[in-house]
Amino acid sequence: MRFEIRKFYYGDIPGENLGRGNADTKAEWPLWEIFIRSKQGLDHKHVGSLHAADAQMAVENARDVYTRRQEGVSIWVVESKHIHASNPDEADSFYEPANDKVYRHPTFYDLPDEVNHM
Amino acid sequence: MSVQDLEKIFQDKVDADVRIEPKDWMPEKYRQTLIRQISQHAHSEIVGMLPEGNWISRAPSLKRKQILIAKVQDEAGHGLYLYSAAETLGISRDEMVEQLHSGKAKYSSIFNYPTITWADMGAIGWLVDGAAIMNQVPLCRASYGPYSRAMIRVCKEESFHQRQGFESLLVLSKGTAEQKAMVQNAIDRWWWPSIMMFGPHDAESTNTESSMKWKIKRFSNDELRQRFVDMCAEQVKLLNMALPDPDLKWNEERKHYDFGKINWEEFWSVVNGNGPCNKQRLDARKKAWEEGAWVREAAKGYADKRAGRIKHQAAA
Repeated sequence: MRFEIRKFYYGDIPGENLGRGNADTKAEWPLWEIFIRSKQGLDHKHVGSLHAADAQMAVENARDVYTRRQEGVSIWVVESKHIHASNPDEADSFYEPANDKVYRHPTFYDLPDEVNHM
Repeated sequence: MSVQDLEKIFQDKVDADVRIEPKDWMPEKYRQTLIRQISQHAHSEIVGMLPEGNWISRAPSLKRKQILIAKVQDEAGHGLYLYSAAETLGISRDEMVEQLHSGKAKYSSIFNYPTITWADMGAIGWLVDGAAIMNQVPLCRASYGPYSRAMIRVCKEESFHQRQGFESLLVLSKGTAEQKAMVQNAIDRWWWPSIMMFGPHDAESTNTESSMKWKIKRFSNDELRQRFVDMCAEQVKLLNMALPDPDLKWNEERKHYDFGKINWEEFWSVVNGNGPCNKQRLDARKKAWEEGAWVREAAKGYADKRAGRIKHQAAA
């Protein structure tokens, strides 16, 4: 099996798709991926992306854009170019090892009705 | 794999209501259609701030001013969600801005009408945002993941926009004779442009068929327009006002309201740049972009300098 991790430079977009148009995008602020914890005890969850000149601005903009209605108590920002992702074209083979392991699920085991608390 | 195979896999996914994500293979036309539609929508949110911005400094009370500011800020946010969704399709933010400024990309024609009185703020909330919601709710189930997620966020926030608009009109409609007249006048001016927001009739709409097949769109322009007319024809009664359409009449057989002929000449003329405020709106956007250039450059310069200093310290 070929195993490969590709790097995506533009949010969710593979680097090779960059530069479709003619506009000069070098002056653009970098793109950041935003993760928000909606309340203590829950995971940070990806909510979207935005452009900002640096991390501090990204956090402040994320607050203004994604938590206007108290949607969050904590914000993570990660510059999009630092996100590594699995390749959807190889999803079938990549996740294949989990396909034949039904015994990992509790419902695989038939128990008599008399067994309680299990 | 051949393109035909890829197309089949793609269409099967769409048919099975499996969302398409940015890195999945998609037909180029699908990508282009989405870029066009999502960026148009984003531009509409951004340009849509202008007619309302006109009234922030002149709102009749602090409460109404706060509400209006919050609404306009939401619209900036909606623009941003949508720009981000479009960017996942491989177009850059700067390209989209450039397309707006050059006139290559359109935005909703409704924002090329002027906001003459305070009642226009209410009418925009009720009618314009109402029509937008009617269009947008089905888009929450659009086949493209980032678009659908953005639309879910937009719709959650948009409902306050419509409600505050109707409530504001309701208050005015119980006021003085002048206030009542102002409400009716605003409805008279905004009604027809609002029902034009659903776009050309199905028979003349070039984008409907493939958009339906790809589940970018779930209902046709005319279906959504009819729902909107049915809804407003009832709501307007609560305001004790009338919609400016002598042909508006309940059709017992169809179980829908019949309504008059839409002036498509006006619609196309506004789309093509000849509305009352087209030039003013674009000029305002370009001016904001140009006058903000130094801020964008300064922030980037500062970030670069700081990053350089951190690197330098690490090396030392």
